[in-house]
Amino acid sequence: MRIAIIDTSTTRAAIISDGLREAGLDDLVLIDPAGALVAQIEAAKPEVILVNLENPSRDLLEDFFAMSRALARPIAMFVDQSDTEATGAAIDAGVSAYVVDGLSKQRIKPVIDLAVRRFQAFSRLQRELDEAKNALAERTAIDRAKAILMKRRAIDEPAAYALLRGQAMRTNRRIAEIAEAIVTSDALLGDME
Amino acid sequence: MSAETFRIGFLPLVDAALPILAHELGFAAREGISIELVRDMTWATVRDRLLYGHTDAAHMIAPLAIATALGRDRPAVPMAVPFVLGLNGNAVTFSTQLARDVGLGETLGDPATIGAALRRVAAARKIAGRPLRFGVVHRYSSHNYMLRYWLAGVGIRPDTHVDIVVTSPPFAADALAAGEVDGICVGEPWNSIAVERGVGHIALATAQIWRRGVEKVLAMREAIADERRDAVEALLRALHAAAAHFVEPGTAEESADILARSEYLGAPRDAILRAITDRIRLVPGGEPIHYPDFMFQHREAANFPWRSQAAWLYSQMLRWDGVTYSATDAATAGAVFRPDIYRAALAGSGAPLPGASSKLEGGIGEPLGAGSVQGRLVLGSDRFFDGRAFDPDDIQGYLADLK
Repeated sequence: MRIAIIDTSTTRAAIISDGLREAGLDDLVLIDPAGALVAQIEAAKPEVILVNLENPSRDLLEDFFAMSRALARPIAMFVDQSDTEATGAAIDAGVSAYVVDGLSKQRIKPVIDLAVRRFQAFSRLQRELDEAKNALAERTAIDRAKAILMKRRAIDEPAAYALLRGQAMRTNRRIAEIAEAIVTSDALLGDME
Repeated sequence: MSAETFRIGFLPLVDAALPILAHELGFAAREGISIELVRDMTWATVRDRLLYGHTDAAHMIAPLAIATALGRDRPAVPMAVPFVLGLNGNAVTFSTQLARDVGLGETLGDPATIGAALRRVAAARKIAGRPLRFGVVHRYSSHNYMLRYWLAGVGIRPDTHVDIVVTSPPFAADALAAGEVDGICVGEPWNSIAVERGVGHIALATAQIWRRGVEKVLAMREAIADERRDAVEALLRALHAAAAHFVEPGTAEESADILARSEYLGAPRDAILRAITDRIRLVPGGEPIHYPDFMFQHREAANFPWRSQAAWLYSQMLRWDGVTYSATDAATAGAVFRPDIYRAALAGSGAPLPGASSKLEGGIGEPLGAGSVQGRLVLGSDRFFDGRAFDPDDIQGYLADLK
C-alpha cells in the first residue's frame, strides 16, 4: 500500500514517515511541498494520501483528485459514516487524508491512527519548544529589569526582585510583563535623568 | 455561556465582512450572542472544520454548501443556508499579455464584445497547442459557474476550448505572474492585488455576467440550525444589522480598517476600501472607476436565501459535472437555502421579507415591486448578460436550451 505524505512542514513529514516505517509501512513517497504537487502525485500513484489540514494547496488537490484519470479517484477519508469519531480525531490533530476508493477500512485505519498520533506528538513538541523559548525570554527580561532597578535605585538584587513582585501583585499582572515594561521604558527613557 | 457562542470559519476575503463586523462592532453582543472567528486558507479546511464541529457556521461559497448536502466526492451531510452574505464582488482578471491580445480598454467593456475577442485568441492558442487556462477559486464556486456561464455564452466551450483549473485566491496573482494561468476569476482584494503588482488587468466584474449573482453564504450543518434555532435567529439578526451598517454611507473607512487587520484579511486597506465602495482599478496605475453594485451586501433583501438561487447553482453543477438531473437532488439542493429561518429571525424587525421563497432569476430589467409579507420590497435588475432567465421549476428545460 503506497502512502504519499504532503506536508508544508518537512520536519513533521519526516516524523510521520519514520513512524509509518517503524510500523512496517515502508512504501512511502514524500512529496516536495515546493515542487509541482500534482505532477509528483501523478507519478507516485499512491493509494493513501496524507495532507496536513491547513495545507494551502488542499482545494487544488481536491480538484485534482476529483478530476484525475491517472489515479483511481481518491476520496476523503472514511467514507463509512459510522467512523465520524475517528475522522473527528484526525481533524483535531490536523490531518486530512484521502484514500483510493475500495481500499478496505481495516488496512487504512492503522495508517490514519498512526498519522494522528504522530501529528499530536509533533504539536506537543512544538508547544514544549515554544514554552521553553517563552520561559527563556521571560527569564532574560526579568534579569535585565532587575539590573536596571539595581542600578537606578541603588538597591540589591533581592530588593529589586521584591519591587517587581510587589508591582505585579498590586496591578494583577505577571512579573514578566512588569519586567518587559521596565526594559522597554529604560530603552526609551533610560538616559533622561 | 457556550450555547450562545458561534465559532465561524472564514477565508480572508472582503465578503467575510458581515460576521467580522457583527463581532467587532457589537451587533452580536446586542443580540446576546458572541462570535469567534476562525480563519483558514482553503475552503476544504473551512468545510472540514464545519462538518466535524470545530466551527458552528462558516462563510462559504454557496455551491460548496450544496455539493456538501448532495454528497459530491464525500458522504452527504445535510446543510442549512439561512442567510446570504453577499452578491457578486468578484472579477475576471486577464494577464497583461492576454489583456493586450484581447485588446482590453481602460474601462469595463461589454461582456459579449470582450467575449468575441477572447474567442479568437482562445482559438489561436488552442491551435498552437497551448490552450488558454483560467484559474477559479474552487470547483464548487460561483466564480467557476459565472466564468463558465460567460465563456459558454460567447461560444467558448470550457474544458474543450479553454482549460479551467483551481487556484487559491492568495496565490492567484503569483499564478498570473508565472504564466501558469492566463486569467483568474476571484474575489476582492485579490484582483486588485494582481493589478497593483502589474501582472493583471481586470476585464469584467462578475456583476456584469449576472447582475444579482449569489456569492458567499452563511452555511451550517442542518443539525445546528435545528438544535440551536433561537441562537441561530439571533445570529441572523446580528448579521442583518451588520449588513445594514456596512452599506450605510460614511462607514466604509472604518470597515476597511477592521477588515485589513492581520487577524482578518491581512491585506492592503486601500484595495479593501475600493471594493467596499464599488470602485475598482482596472489597469496598473490607472484611476479607479466606479461600478455601482460591484459588491451587493444588503439592499433589496440581498441577504434573503432565495431557493431559486440554490436551484440555479444546482443547474450549473449538472451542466459542468456531466451529471443527469434528479428530482430528489434538485429538491435537496433547493432545500439547503432556508428562507423560513430568515423570515422567523427578522419577523417584527421592519426588514423587508419576501413573500415567495423562489423567483424567476434574471427576469427583472427595471426596478420592480415584489410581494412581501413585511416591509416594502423593490428588486433591481437581476439580468444575466445574455438576457436569458432561469425558471427554478424547469431546470431541465433551461439546461436543454443552454446546450
